[in-house]
Amino acid sequence: MIRLEKRRGISKLWTTLTPVLAVFLTMLFGGLMFGLLLGDLSSAFGAIKLIFWDPLFDENFASYARPQLLVKAGPIILIAIGLSIGFKAGIWNIGAEGQYILGAIFGASVALSLFPRESIFIFPTMILAGAFGGFIWALIPAVLKVYFKTNEILVSLMLVYVAENILASVSQGLLRNPDGMGFPGSRNLKDYPSAHNSEIITNSGMHWGVLTAFLSVILAYFLFLKHQKGYEIKITGEAPKAAYFAGINPSKTIIFCMGMSGLLAGMAGLFEVAGPAGQITISFNSGYGFTAIIVAFLGRLNPLGILMAGLLMALTYIGGEIAQLMLGLPGASIQLLQGMLLFFLLATDIFTNYSFKTRGS
Amino acid sequence: MKFKSILTGVLLAFGLGTAAIAADVKVGFVYVGPIGDGGWTYEHDKGRLAVEKHFGDRVETIYQENVPEGADAERVMTTMAMQGADLIFTTSFGYMDPTINVAKKFPNVKFEHATGYKRSDNVSTYSARFYEGRAIQGHIAGKMTKTNKVGYIASFPIPEVIRGINSAYIHAKKVNPNIEFNIIWVYTWFDPAKEADAAKALIDQGADVVLQHTDSTAPQAAAKEAGNVITFGQASDMGEYAPMPRVSSIIDDWAPYYVARTQAVLDGSWESVDTWDGIGPGMVGIGEISDAVPADVKAEALAMRDAIADGSYHPFTGPIKKQDGSDWLGAGETSDDGTLLGMNFYVEGITAEVPQ
Repeated sequence: MIRLEKRRGISKLWTTLTPVLAVFLTMLFGGLMFGLLLGDLSSAFGAIKLIFWDPLFDENFASYARPQLLVKAGPIILIAIGLSIGFKAGIWNIGAEGQYILGAIFGASVALSLFPRESIFIFPTMILAGAFGGFIWALIPAVLKVYFKTNEILVSLMLVYVAENILASVSQGLLRNPDGMGFPGSRNLKDYPSAHNSEIITNSGMHWGVLTAFLSVILAYFLFLKHQKGYEIKITGEAPKAAYFAGINPSKTIIFCMGMSGLLAGMAGLFEVAGPAGQITISFNSGYGFTAIIVAFLGRLNPLGILMAGLLMALTYIGGEIAQLMLGLPGASIQLLQGMLLFFLLATDIFTNYSFKTRGS
Repeated sequence: MKFKSILTGVLLAFGLGTAAIAADVKVGFVYVGPIGDGGWTYEHDKGRLAVEKHFGDRVETIYQENVPEGADAERVMTTMAMQGADLIFTTSFGYMDPTINVAKKFPNVKFEHATGYKRSDNVSTYSARFYEGRAIQGHIAGKMTKTNKVGYIASFPIPEVIRGINSAYIHAKKVNPNIEFNIIWVYTWFDPAKEADAAKALIDQGADVVLQHTDSTAPQAAAKEAGNVITFGQASDMGEYAPMPRVSSIIDDWAPYYVARTQAVLDGSWESVDTWDGIGPGMVGIGEISDAVPADVKAEALAMRDAIADGSYHPFTGPIKKQDGSDWLGAGETSDDGTLLGMNFYVEGITAEVPQ
């Protein structure tokens, strides 16, 4: 007879092991699913290899897929790092998608209002504007929570829909390309050298947003390891009452956490609109703000974990596309695979919180 | 599992990735929705299957569904081109700039972008005159509504969608001066939940006709549930909802175009062109008008279809004023294609405003 016994604390070992186990189980069951879909179980291994291996190491795909991996992972990591700061304090910013949109709009507005002037200061100003846009948008649920005790989950989530409508509006009105024959969508910033978030090294995929994402990983690492603010955040999340009695101001923590996550999401939006996407369009946002939530948890709210999880998530997108193209797999099966990843992580969490005991005699 | 069969599986998968393709031409399709949406993407995929059937082993097709418009689209097209696609159809308006960008990098690959306006040496554009079908819908809607309220589920305020609203409105108004249009913008091409919500909201507001410019069958299901509401299949026949609520449909038939363009690549005669075909050439089809429609209305609708097909009637024939009351078309005057392609205004009588 095996029974579950709740651990006193969470198991450090299993906290690290379960994401790896979840990935392994995803590959196993994902492969099984692909095998069944293709009507040939022996093709399962090939499909999994196409998704998880070929984008990195196959000579046909790697040269293009590797840089694309960075392009895809960059914004997800940047947003997830921001979210993890709040999540650690028990502050749930679910609306990063909206902050991402506002960041893009603010940043692009700077560029479009200065077009076609060229100056080395334009791009840095855009970054500041983008960060500010996301910051302001995240501050709304933060301030409402502090002063009116509203639920930040609902408010931040609903503000995503508001942001989407603002995006639609500016795509057709304020920021519309005057040379676009009345069609919605702004000028393409790729054709505006001073505003273009170009690759730092050609064909590396490494644009300024990816660099910022990596920097944010390092900064978050030091915030939690060395800085008092990081300690305060952790305490607030783990023992709110203790934090209160220790004199940690909960309102300040809420403003800091929401503001930081909004700021990073806004920057992610700006880097995306000025780089890979190129323009403000009605359908500019593609769900990075929500994917980042999964990535933050997959990475255990640990900066290095988030880095790995972000890259892994990007890999499932890029590899998933290749598998769709090469094997004719349905698009939904790739989404299922991504869903499995979170599912198995949550399922294997039982090992971190419980230990298995065999009942003696 | 036998080791041998695993091995062959691996070799097979690997072979697919590396071996030269036996077909003469490889054609790629980029879809904005899932191929099972029952509407827009479904019809494009029917076109792809028609290409496969027509050319057999000479042509190989590949596709990618659910591709977001923007940076992701660019990556998908690039991957297709790198995998040896000779001809790539990008089937949504939002793929316009990505298509142009990728086409620059692959001058030997031919691109065909649906519903856009940017072309280059290796980028063609193609679209269908859906507004011709909308005219017939408007006529039936105006005749059949009892509440005089028509609900319209609109996707994005781009000229194509605004054109459809205007065309439907003009023809509904012609047969029913009391007609009123309620328009809901859902800002998506495919989102069954949002589309169903919009349909329900419109029905709650009293609409007994629901027109949609979105791709799923969710509004049809919502109308069916409500009862006594009529709808029209959009992009695809959506015949499973006939005879009620679906009383007719606009069908996009891309197959002949896709076959012809693939043939052109095979022949080496492919050139960048701008195609905008309607009911006449068969790119737009009017689905079976069901028995729920009175016989006389059906006869009028079919007569209008035939008149549009042979060119004797243009759905935008004056006198038509713009919403602000200014003159647009004088009596008997028909609109030029340029105005239609860039249409960003409503005609007189529509009470809503084009979202800005």
